[in-house]
Amino acid sequence: MSDAVFEKLAALTPDRRSFLKALGGGLTFLLTFEADAQESGANGHHGRGHSLPENISAWLHIGEDNTITVFTGKVEVGQNARTALTQAVSEELRTPPQAIRLVMGDTDRTPFDMGTFGSRTTPTMAPQLRRAAVAARETLLDLAARRWKVGASSLEAANGCVRNPATGKTISFGELTKGQSFVQSIGPVKVDKPLSRSLAKVDGRDFVTGKHRFTADLKRPGMLYGGILRPPAFHATVSSLDTSTAEKLPGVHVVHDGDFIGVTAPNSLAVTRALAAIKATWKTEPQPSNKNLFEYLKANPDGDAASEVVRSSVIAVDGNRPQLWTTYHISYIAHVPLEPRAAVAEWNGSKLTVWTGTQRPFGVRSELAEAFHLPEESVRVLVPDTGSAYGGKHTGECAVEAATLAKAVGRPIKLVWTREEEFTWAYFRPAGVIEIRSAVGKDGRITAWEFHNYNSGASGITMPYDVPNQEIVYHPSRSPLRQGSYRGLASTANNFARESHMDDLARAAGLDPLAFRLKNLTNQRLRAVLTAAAERFGWGRAKVGANRGAGLACGTEKGGYVATCAEISVDPDTRNVKVERVVTAFECGAIVNPDQLKNQVEGAGLMGLGGALFEAIQFANGRILNPKLSEYRVPRFSDLPALETILLNRRDLDSSGAGETPIMAIAPAIGNAIYDALQIRVRALPMAPHIVRG
Amino acid sequence: MQIELLVNGRIHRVDTDLERSLLNVLREDLDLTGTKYGCGEGECGACTVLLDGQPARSCLTPANAAAGKPITTIEGLEKDGALHPLQQAFLDADALQCGYCTSGMILAGAALLQKNSSPQPDDIIHAMQGNICRCGTYPRIIHAIQSAAASMKRGEHV
Ligand code: FES
Ligand code: FES
Repeated sequence: MSDAVFEKLAALTPDRRSFLKALGGGLTFLLTFEADAQESGANGHHGRGHSLPENISAWLHIGEDNTITVFTGKVEVGQNARTALTQAVSEELRTPPQAIRLVMGDTDRTPFDMGTFGSRTTPTMAPQLRRAAVAARETLLDLAARRWKVGASSLEAANGCVRNPATGKTISFGELTKGQSFVQSIGPVKVDKPLSRSLAKVDGRDFVTGKHRFTADLKRPGMLYGGILRPPAFHATVSSLDTSTAEKLPGVHVVHDGDFIGVTAPNSLAVTRALAAIKATWKTEPQPSNKNLFEYLKANPDGDAASEVVRSSVIAVDGNRPQLWTTYHISYIAHVPLEPRAAVAEWNGSKLTVWTGTQRPFGVRSELAEAFHLPEESVRVLVPDTGSAYGGKHTGECAVEAATLAKAVGRPIKLVWTREEEFTWAYFRPAGVIEIRSAVGKDGRITAWEFHNYNSGASGITMPYDVPNQEIVYHPSRSPLRQGSYRGLASTANNFARESHMDDLARAAGLDPLAFRLKNLTNQRLRAVLTAAAERFGWGRAKVGANRGAGLACGTEKGGYVATCAEISVDPDTRNVKVERVVTAFECGAIVNPDQLKNQVEGAGLMGLGGALFEAIQFANGRILNPKLSEYRVPRFSDLPALETILLNRRDLDSSGAGETPIMAIAPAIGNAIYDALQIRVRALPMAPHIVRG
Repeated sequence: MQIELLVNGRIHRVDTDLERSLLNVLREDLDLTGTKYGCGEGECGACTVLLDGQPARSCLTPANAAAGKPITTIEGLEKDGALHPLQQAFLDADALQCGYCTSGMILAGAALLQKNSSPQPDDIIHAMQGNICRCGTYPRIIHAIQSAAASMKRGEHV
């Protein structure tokens, strides 16, 4: 090991770095990223509020008391980042995972991070932490070698200690770091190949015993409960207000500022009652409904956002007259995280602390700083491990509301959105219209492909098949509902349209859907998952029975490759569709943790099943018409098909994230199976309403 | 009004508005926050507790209606530091992602195991239909319940 390792970084002298001081002595390894390796690119915003180098992404500290602590701005929202990152460090430091503590998503203590989304945690953070742990191990071996005056290569690290196999002598990491206080900076590294093994959720015991505290479970001294009076429609404004009755209720405070009307009370029933006692009238305006949604999206391009031509390479138009024109309709859907948005806000003088479940702690800190005209360093956001998000918890409305109430009443406030609020006041996966025109030659090769997506998004829009003439355009619209990120973004919609259309084209060409796809596909990774899924499923080998159908689909996005084969049954009377069997093959490079990966693939598939068959937001005039779990159906136990998951491990390739891409093939596979069973082509998500009788 | 709640073998005297839900009293007054809110209308099962040994939706149960009856919450399932076999099985099968549905799933599953010592997948689906896991861990939950049944049979746990 070079002596450079032992150089303190001049720019990081502990007296200027209070965070390092707080850690005490020991070894600290700072991970730096290239600016463009950060997830959403450089916003010129990194690390504000910290006096740290701009591009630090995480740090790892080994203390004199043997504690190993990793600090990262990533958060845990059910995708098991905590486990994956702990595993990376544990494996390289040769230390049991229980000995490693991860501090995540705390804006005062962890380095700036753009957010936990886009399936980037495993691909970017895990290898970096792995590398830091390797450096730490080497440093520890070196320290022991100096102490014992032997060569470092003759020593080994095991169980939080360095050991000399020749003498049997051991010394703990903590002992080795005594009196040390050095800092090493580790630059961006090429991915080290991860080991493939399954580590169970690291703090799983806290969840099965109910000990883990989600945001909604936190309590602060003197805390009150908060609630917000919601308008009857989006964009409504208050025209009259009478809060006198509510204010007379014991322990109730009403907080009113413009259109913000909230209450605080000693418990949540008192909050509900106080809100009910407020008399308000609102001015509303007419707004579109889901009945005319698709015409509306096409007729209302977003004036500020130009259409994005993703691909245009028309080589020869002659002989490529479109043979197939189809249109697909995609509904708005909701994320429905089982833990609704929640925040606990507390003011100490002009310092604001907010606990909240969000994928973007630093983004929420900015929102709060802006809302209260504070410097960012006066705001601290902490993210307890959260009851999932699926792309739905990027924003900080609930945090701002809780902090507004807390400021007004001078007490800590807990605000937990009701399910109805979660369904209404967050944001939705975009709805959209997709139009495809295509042509196929006599030889079964696709010759032309024209693809227009209105509003649902550009993710997964490119054509994985080989087509010489392509035109692919994304047209943003003015969405009548607030829309945002979702698991897999628009790739579900785009892939549903594309892979449904591919089946129609196969039929036009007189070819089996699998053979047709393979004929037009040179991408080896996609071919590999497609053939693997088809083989396990027994594609083409056996005819499925009466009132049953089989379908397949594949797709790629964000470095992941997925293929799904589905078998469905249809009740001949009601035409209720049940998905009976799903075989999914997935490949995302080298596998980090096979069991967690399988869990993510299965979970994404099941979530996709809901959007494929029955999930849809109904709305009219600025109101959500089905904001309840009794009115918005999500997949339940009885919807569970027999699931088979095949994971292809490409140890020669970098790992990509796995939380999103596996969602994209299930809907078209089900749609193609429905066609196989009924000869009915449903070109809309969700599909079930278009086929059920009665 | 004062009521007595018998939670996890302990008597708690609570001074409360009788219309408050058991869920809110457990969470807000007794700080037993393992029981979760997910919908407030009996549709998700996140708030499941055992009331007189039967699974109950604590969001729809007025605290008053639970007074005097034995209530078991997720915090009371552990016995002398040993996990209930189903808690252990959830860990072994990694039957959780975000873990927000987990308390309700375990209590609903534990209630099923009391009635049926070797539940088949169909029995589980039928009994657990009212519990939502948005993360989609259903296959693992079924597996966990079946393996807990097996280990209880083998007498590995009391
Ligand atoms: S919170 Fe009680 S069933 Fe959902
Ligand atoms: S594990 Fe997230 S809801 Fe079940």
